[in-house]
Amino acid sequence: MRRMTAGVTSIETENDSKQKGLVVVEMEHLKKSFGNNHVLRDINLVINKGENLVILGQSGTGKSVLIKCIVGLVDLDGGKLIILGQNVSELKNKELIEMRKKIGFLFQSGALYDSMTVRENLEFPLRRHLRSIPKEKRNSLVTEALHNVGLADAIDKTPSELSGGMRKRLGLARTLILKPEIMLYDEPTTGLDPITSKEISKLILQVQKKYNTSSIIITHDIECARLTANRIIVIKDGKCTAEGSYTDLHNSTDPWIRSFFE
Amino acid sequence: MEEPQIQHHEAEIIPETFSETISESVFDKFFLEVSSLTIFTLRFFKEVFKPPYEFNETIKQSFLIGYKSFPLVAITGFIIGLVLTIQTRPTLAKFGAESWLPAMVAVSIIREIGPVITSLIFAGKVGSGIGAELASMNVTEQIDAMQVSDTNPFKYLVVTRVVSATLMLPILVILSDAVGLLGSFVGVNIKGTVSIYLFFSMIFQSLEFNDLFPAFIKTFFFGFAIGLIGSYKGYNSNKGTEGVGKAANSAVVFASLMVFIIDMIAVQITSLYQN
Repeated sequence: MRRMTAGVTSIETENDSKQKGLVVVEMEHLKKSFGNNHVLRDINLVINKGENLVILGQSGTGKSVLIKCIVGLVDLDGGKLIILGQNVSELKNKELIEMRKKIGFLFQSGALYDSMTVRENLEFPLRRHLRSIPKEKRNSLVTEALHNVGLADAIDKTPSELSGGMRKRLGLARTLILKPEIMLYDEPTTGLDPITSKEISKLILQVQKKYNTSSIIITHDIECARLTANRIIVIKDGKCTAEGSYTDLHNSTDPWIRSFFE
Repeated sequence: MEEPQIQHHEAEIIPETFSETISESVFDKFFLEVSSLTIFTLRFFKEVFKPPYEFNETIKQSFLIGYKSFPLVAITGFIIGLVLTIQTRPTLAKFGAESWLPAMVAVSIIREIGPVITSLIFAGKVGSGIGAELASMNVTEQIDAMQVSDTNPFKYLVVTRVVSATLMLPILVILSDAVGLLGSFVGVNIKGTVSIYLFFSMIFQSLEFNDLFPAFIKTFFFGFAIGLIGSYKGYNSNKGTEGVGKAANSAVVFASLMVFIIDMIAVQITSLYQN
């Protein structure tokens, strides 16, 4: 992988992070194929505690598949995936469920349950993950989550009554209600107008600051990447081809990398 | 003399006939579908007995599938009873057997028409509904979201719907039969006067255990098939809005076909038992 930051190699950075115990996600030689379509060929990356990592790449390069591998929605074909110090391939089902509690996933479409109200959507992960939680505690968590995303008034509405931006914010609230340590955002601003996109990007930053979460943000929205990224990785042909800050990549001399910013 | 150039063509695999190509792909698809449905069914039986049980969701689905289908099923049942009585009367009148009208209509409704027509209506309403709902949940990643939320989506979505459909259809058929007999009573009284007491006493005198029991039992299988096929089509739909329409459509077609196939098998088994 080409590193765009002058004078620092990626291996040195990864070792430093490991020594400090700050690495939350570590991927080594990850591989995933669908038939003859080799989506992920050799992915190597680390995510540090409290860091927002943006992943850029053309459509169909396996960015969404990569984050689905992290929560176990897609099984890996090869490689090593370590999350919060645990090797995912060695985890038993119960341990995997426990680990999923620490990971929040904001789906591209929001993935709100159409048959449920806003309240029921937020209560769903609480009921499933924390089955014995008292009703009062559940209500206060729902109210807090809605307040965090500015949707306190929409508690009794159904998802079909909400706008695209509100649906994204509600999806984020549902994800945050379990206070995850790692957040995975799958194209959080797709299909939104520039103003709402900016609001969602600011919300991602707020989440990072308030809960000290580590995040992977898959996006095509360069403005979102500029606002949210501490570090950006570019994926091409199933491999991480470039890494650096927004400014580093923006000033790259590689015409392919520059094409993302034009 | 210049030698003529010989052009080498790569051997092309050309099917002998067009029908051969079509039949191969149709057979492949058919057997793939059958094997996939078999695996889906086996998974259902594995998950249905394994805790935790989704009681609340099963009750909710039973309400939606059963209670919400009752008006449609009742209207259909009433019309069938009425029309069947009106249509049968002239034929019986030719033989001077008009007094047999309530008994004949009752046997027809309870043994065959009630269960089959109600099941077809149920397949159209509930089977397509389940297919479309699960397919759209698939498209909008709601099923993935459930999995991330420590929920087994197969158990939560499929098992609950199949169990509800299996339990609700027999109840709907009983209600539909009852309303159908009321329709028949109205039909009888259009051109005659028969008291409701006499009408139903004639019906109950003519009905036997063998009329009621097999007709009731087969409705569980109808309900199971409709719920299972609707869920199978929706749960395994292709991504995209086109997949939602296809899932709903094929759920109705396939479930309706299965109702007739199960009915045919049930009739064979019943006739063996009666002989």
